[in-house]
Amino acid sequence: MEVVLHTDNLTMDFGGLRAAANVSLEVKEKEIVALIGPNGAGKTTVFNCITGVYEATGGNIYINPPGGSKKRINGKKINSITELGVARTFQNIRLFQNMTVLENVMIGRHCRARGGIIGAIIRDKKTRREEESIVEKSYRILEKMGLQAYVNELAKNLPYGAQRRLEIARALATEPFIILLDEPAAGMNPQETKTLDDLIVKIRDEEQISILLIEHDMKLVMSLSDRIFVMDHGEMIANGTPQEVRANQKVIKAYLGDETD
Amino acid sequence: MNIARQIKDSLLVAIWFIILTFPIMVIRVNTIENEIEWRWHNMVLVAVVSFVLSFAWRYLFTIKTTGGKESAAAVPLLPWTQRIMENPRLLIPLLAALGVGVIIFPFVLSVYQVNIMVTALMFVVLGLGLNIVVGLAGLLDLGYVAFYAVGAYAYALLNHHYDIGFWAALPIGAFLAFIAGILLGFPVLRLRGDYLAIVTLGFGEIIRLILENWNEFSFGPSGISNIDRPGFFGINLSFSEATIYIYFIMIALCLFTIFVVNRLEKSRIGRAWIALREDEIACQAMGIDKTKTKLAAFALGATWAGMIGVIFAAKTTFINPASFTFMESAIILCIVVMGGMGSIMGVILGALILILLPEYLRAFSDYRMIAFGVSMVLMMVFRPQGILPGVRAKYQFKAAPKNAGGTE
Repeated sequence: MEVVLHTDNLTMDFGGLRAAANVSLEVKEKEIVALIGPNGAGKTTVFNCITGVYEATGGNIYINPPGGSKKRINGKKINSITELGVARTFQNIRLFQNMTVLENVMIGRHCRARGGIIGAIIRDKKTRREEESIVEKSYRILEKMGLQAYVNELAKNLPYGAQRRLEIARALATEPFIILLDEPAAGMNPQETKTLDDLIVKIRDEEQISILLIEHDMKLVMSLSDRIFVMDHGEMIANGTPQEVRANQKVIKAYLGDETD
Repeated sequence: MNIARQIKDSLLVAIWFIILTFPIMVIRVNTIENEIEWRWHNMVLVAVVSFVLSFAWRYLFTIKTTGGKESAAAVPLLPWTQRIMENPRLLIPLLAALGVGVIIFPFVLSVYQVNIMVTALMFVVLGLGLNIVVGLAGLLDLGYVAFYAVGAYAYALLNHHYDIGFWAALPIGAFLAFIAGILLGFPVLRLRGDYLAIVTLGFGEIIRLILENWNEFSFGPSGISNIDRPGFFGINLSFSEATIYIYFIMIALCLFTIFVVNRLEKSRIGRAWIALREDEIACQAMGIDKTKTKLAAFALGATWAGMIGVIFAAKTTFINPASFTFMESAIILCIVVMGGMGSIMGVILGALILILLPEYLRAFSDYRMIAFGVSMVLMMVFRPQGILPGVRAKYQFKAAPKNAGGTE
């Protein structure tokens, strides 16, 4: 399997603070990879560097979309990175609160459509057809995520679990080859977490995409991931299969502390 | 029990006001006769007025908090307009009646009335233009009047120096305002909220100060006079005929604006504006180019102001910088906020109320600003979403996958 996302010694400094130091990770095609670590380990910083919210101060980030060519994406704008096929969700839900559920997903289709101002005003055949296909495809995604009952509901009126799923639906609408989920199960009850577990596997299988996720729910991480990367204090301290990581002394130390501490 | 408590609280307020205003409202020293007048009727007046006001205020608040979304003030207006909009049997006769009314209006009423209506219609278009920037894209622009000035001076100067007519100047004014919108847009791309408001406010003032002080270019505070009225196939129109002519131009422009803004709002770019307003980071993470989207909002909003500027110059035949003060920007902003941000019907209603009411209530013009301020405060407290808030388009989906088209 090909590597589709690769960070090579990624470093992020905020003034004197090194939030991420020489982080190297790889995600292969159709793989579910988890990035774990204690609070403040720098996981979200890595996400923000990959998706262009921050510009990494050192190292390289490469993407290699299936059927495409390898590209370095350092310093690219957030929206260009999304356009290249890297989608994400946010740790604290960032939906478009006053838009309907369907419109939220339609926004995700934005970068795959071309309709301009003139087209919007004269509403020619091409624009109309594009608009219809946006609505159609968005609705299919909502169906897949089990959100069709909420189509015309405002996003802010959705139950918490549904809001989380809508964020994933919106990210899927951008037609990514990899999707970065930042704590998708945060605040969910065990039942909702179980549903999410199935949903993530289903997305990987049906959409044939890779998934990189940050998560604190170890049960979810262990059952879901093909491989796990562990970060602590901005550094990558371990990686491997769930079994390997579970047995790793450094990981145990990072989570439970050291006797000498 | 709640009512009893409100009455009790209001009574306390009334007593407090009686004590507070006692020295000035009740006691009066007559210095000529050297005696004290006790004006007890004033005390009663203060008591009654403060009691009623306090009670009304409390009552409205109870409705607002207990009723929530079902509050008496919030619900009736919305379904009422929605019902008309969605029912062709009501909508068509209503539109027909409105159309007839609009056409015969200038022929049955005086030139004065027509002039006021032209002003109101101008503010409808200005409101709709600013609505793109503030209501849809969520960029608080306090210098909108600058684009209005650009349009007006574009026509005035072109007409003065090169004798260019109204119809040629209309697109030129719009285009220049469009360019000005982009020029303002670039430096403020990174700004949001309060910072953006301050910079746009400054931009508006800069344009006005340039017009006031650059005598060689803009003829300074004395302005430009004898600007041509719109030409009508070379026929010389009398003053009243010209007013009626401009009235119909404004009606046409209003319809055009509503048509365009409505379509923009429901398009890919309109959705991008709303997403930008809702959450900038998430919007970019969905692949929307922030730069392009913001510039488009500024430029398209400014275009309408430019067009109306040209019409303003042609209507008054005289312009000077005093017409483009911050007050104008504030009124246009009030129209958008009061009518309902992002709502076309709301903005139209807001413009008609805010421009027509002060004209017809000229007798009370001393209290205009007080009434204005009070009504804005009351709006913000009891109905912050505006008179007619925007409604999101609903889509219907049928079971068969191929028929899943949108309804708007």
